[in-house]
Amino acid sequence: MHVPFRRNRALRAFLLAGALGALSLPPAAAQEAGEVNIYSYRQPELIAPITEAFEKQTGIKVNTVFLSKGLEERIQAEGANSPADVIMTVDIGRLQRAEDVGITQQVEDEALQDAIPQQYRDPDGNWFGLTTRSRVVFASKDRVEQDEITYEELADPKWKGRICIRSGQHDYNIGLIASMIAHHGEEATEEWLRGLKNNLARRPDGNDRAQAKAIFSGECDLAIGNTYYVGVMATNEKEPEQKQWAEAIKVLFPNNADRGAHVNISGMAMAKNAPHPQNALKFMQFAASEEAQALYAEKNFEYPVKEGVPASDLVGSWGEINPDELPLSKIAEYRKTASELVDKVGFDEGPSS
Amino acid sequence: MTPQEPILSFRIFSLRRRGRVRGLPGHAGLRLFAYLLTALVLVPLVAVIVIAMGSSEGVWPHLVSTVLPRSVRITLLLMAGVAVLSSTMGVVSAWLVTHFAFPGRRILEVALVLPFAMPLYIVAFAYIEFLDFTGPLQSAIRAIGGYTSVREYWSPDVHNLPGAALIMSSVLYPYVYMTTRLLFLMQSVTALQVAQTLGCSRFSSFFRIAVPLARPAIAIGVTLCLMETLNDIGAVDFLGIRTLTFSVYDTWLNRGSLAGAAQIATVMVGFVVLLIVAERAARGRQRYQVARAERGGQFRMELNGWRAAGAAFLCAVPPLLGMGIPAFVLIGYALRRLPAFAEPELLAAAWHSVTVAAATGTITVIAGLVLAYCARLAAGRLEHVALKVALIGYAVPGTVLALGILMPLARLDNAVDAFMRSTFDLPTGLLITGSAAAIVYACSVRFLAVAQGTVEAGLAKITSHLDMAARTLGRTAQQTLIDVHLPLMKKALGAAFLLVFVDSLKELSATLLLRPFNYDTLATLVYSRASRAAYGDAAVPALLIVLVGLIPVIMLLRSAAPPLPQQRGELP
Repeated sequence: MHVPFRRNRALRAFLLAGALGALSLPPAAAQEAGEVNIYSYRQPELIAPITEAFEKQTGIKVNTVFLSKGLEERIQAEGANSPADVIMTVDIGRLQRAEDVGITQQVEDEALQDAIPQQYRDPDGNWFGLTTRSRVVFASKDRVEQDEITYEELADPKWKGRICIRSGQHDYNIGLIASMIAHHGEEATEEWLRGLKNNLARRPDGNDRAQAKAIFSGECDLAIGNTYYVGVMATNEKEPEQKQWAEAIKVLFPNNADRGAHVNISGMAMAKNAPHPQNALKFMQFAASEEAQALYAEKNFEYPVKEGVPASDLVGSWGEINPDELPLSKIAEYRKTASELVDKVGFDEGPSS
Repeated sequence: MTPQEPILSFRIFSLRRRGRVRGLPGHAGLRLFAYLLTALVLVPLVAVIVIAMGSSEGVWPHLVSTVLPRSVRITLLLMAGVAVLSSTMGVVSAWLVTHFAFPGRRILEVALVLPFAMPLYIVAFAYIEFLDFTGPLQSAIRAIGGYTSVREYWSPDVHNLPGAALIMSSVLYPYVYMTTRLLFLMQSVTALQVAQTLGCSRFSSFFRIAVPLARPAIAIGVTLCLMETLNDIGAVDFLGIRTLTFSVYDTWLNRGSLAGAAQIATVMVGFVVLLIVAERAARGRQRYQVARAERGGQFRMELNGWRAAGAAFLCAVPPLLGMGIPAFVLIGYALRRLPAFAEPELLAAAWHSVTVAAATGTITVIAGLVLAYCARLAAGRLEHVALKVALIGYAVPGTVLALGILMPLARLDNAVDAFMRSTFDLPTGLLITGSAAAIVYACSVRFLAVAQGTVEAGLAKITSHLDMAARTLGRTAQQTLIDVHLPLMKKALGAAFLLVFVDSLKELSATLLLRPFNYDTLATLVYSRASRAAYGDAAVPALLIVLVGLIPVIMLLRSAAPPLPQQRGELP
């Protein structure tokens, strides 16, 4: 049976590549000494500056794996043999959840306690904040006169059809809504959320950057977003047109005159079964050091938690932040209710009219 | 060699029984292997059900009262939209390229398959960029009309159900196109000629003869489209469409109930099974027999003038939507970053992607072959049920399936470690969990359906007389497979491999969850960059996925082209 089959050789090469690939699969986990393994919810590019500086300073090799959904479940499933030493993540909800499902361990270390203010770490040392980020209001420089605003005001009908926001189910919005519940109770928050929904210019979608862009495009006058997105746009050298988007908006820190702007944290925790606890502690201490705090905050346009370490010049240029003193544990506590409210008012369906 | 092998007909629930060799003694080893494979496919699915049996922590009242009515409606509407649009695009274009001759036909015939290489989430993102205020379309509108604000003019918006259905269909329709095109090529010209003699025009014979006869192929293609639609999270998230899959992730991540999420996922799978059963029931006991086509080109009707232009236009629209516009956006970004193509990080990721995809392709082809061959030999029902089980993995949301793989694997690893520790004092740690082998396992479970359907169709083409002859001559079942069937099935196996290769290349959610340290694939690079809003940087690996995927897609089409006359007639 001879079928002229020219693709045959190429196919055979593919199959061979498959076999070779299967053989060359890397071993399960690098577990030699002189290493520290990080499971990170933060993108590799964002933590690279501090892991590289740490490697240079200590000679300890940092292995990272960037994970999204399921980071906690993976460590849980890996159990006693989990290679994870340090967990790096964003959002108090995730840090609290890591503690709740039992994948963290308590770390009692004076250096860490001195570096990180009490409100930004777990009292038992299960997790430590590294940076804070604020959920602020972006306003059009041309179309919005006022330079002060409150979250409550966003439900005022005067903004009808003028506000943009990403999905209400996103971690960042859940955090903000949870803080509203903590301050005003569930009922008042539901009403506020309805008001905000009716003021939206369009159905919630995209990320925070897309909301800022919508101000530039004239689609909305106010947008709710995290501070650092402005930084990312303002410093984009490859797509310089994004600098224009950043220039069209001004950053308003809500409730600056009263309780302060809602802040959330990014943070770290030591994994329960960390195979290299010594190195993990060294890494955590380094991450809380002045050098790493400055590096990390600079790269991410966030605020360092360590007192005395300034934010980057660009972040500073947006003005002074007055962070809401509400304990972060409250935000974690009301997350589920917040998520339910978002569904209940049909927030993601957008404005009704 | 049979003249036309239905290389791409995913024989998921086809009714063909011709190629079955009932009652020939099977090979015990082979059968055991088949059972083992089925068990391996079942493990993650059972794990998902086990997760679903946990406490849902009271999420259901909330789900039933507020979430589900909305998301079920949206999901059904989206699926209906995708079914209509993808089958229209796929069937019309397949009909035109097989039955008519018009300028550009040969190029379009290939181009129509290309969107298969595009990952859905990348296309969705590219569309948003393209249609955005700063994208080329709106910029042009503003330049022409002298506008400054988006409030002054209208422009198309895809952040809605019709938009999402159109975008998803323009990427998914190749499933329909590939299966239907082959069926049209094989359809008996005689039937069409008879129809014409009876006064039926080419146009009406499309609706009255060709489409009804192609129904199994269309159904298979559309089912694959719908399963992709159902388990997608990337594109619907970008486009703001709150489907059931979106609710699965919300329930898990924001309301802290993985069990509740797994319950929704299980219901969704039940949904898919219903869909398949319903289609089968609707087809009833009809049998579809495909007669050998006469030489393909001979019956193509020559089109001229505006008819030719119209046909070319209709065939050009789907690939333009699914491939042209997204590629335009990606290339625009990538051109500003040419040095990035040589980054060691990117090359390593490309190597990982290719090796994972190739390993998955090899494994699924072998598994699909063993399962299909055992079903061919088997007299009982069990083997046929086993054959269908493989399908389910395709409909489960990626991350949920990945959790179903992670949990049993980690348990196994830990048990092995405990055993080795206690018996030999030799800790083994996690052997499979967190290694690339886990990724290959996940992709294999997910894409076995694709490989197996293709292999099964190829096997069914081989007449059972060959089996009997070989067995009479003293070959065992296994020897028959290797000596007789494998050489006859080269094309089908190759096609199955290539299909799975491309699908694995695009796979994101399982890879993201299961990968080891310092290990990126092209898809995870795209995700990590896009998720920190560095879309421009994400375009480089995205474009590389498309480029790497295009090679097998083109090979696939060429290997599935109608064979030349001299190749025919060597076997009955």
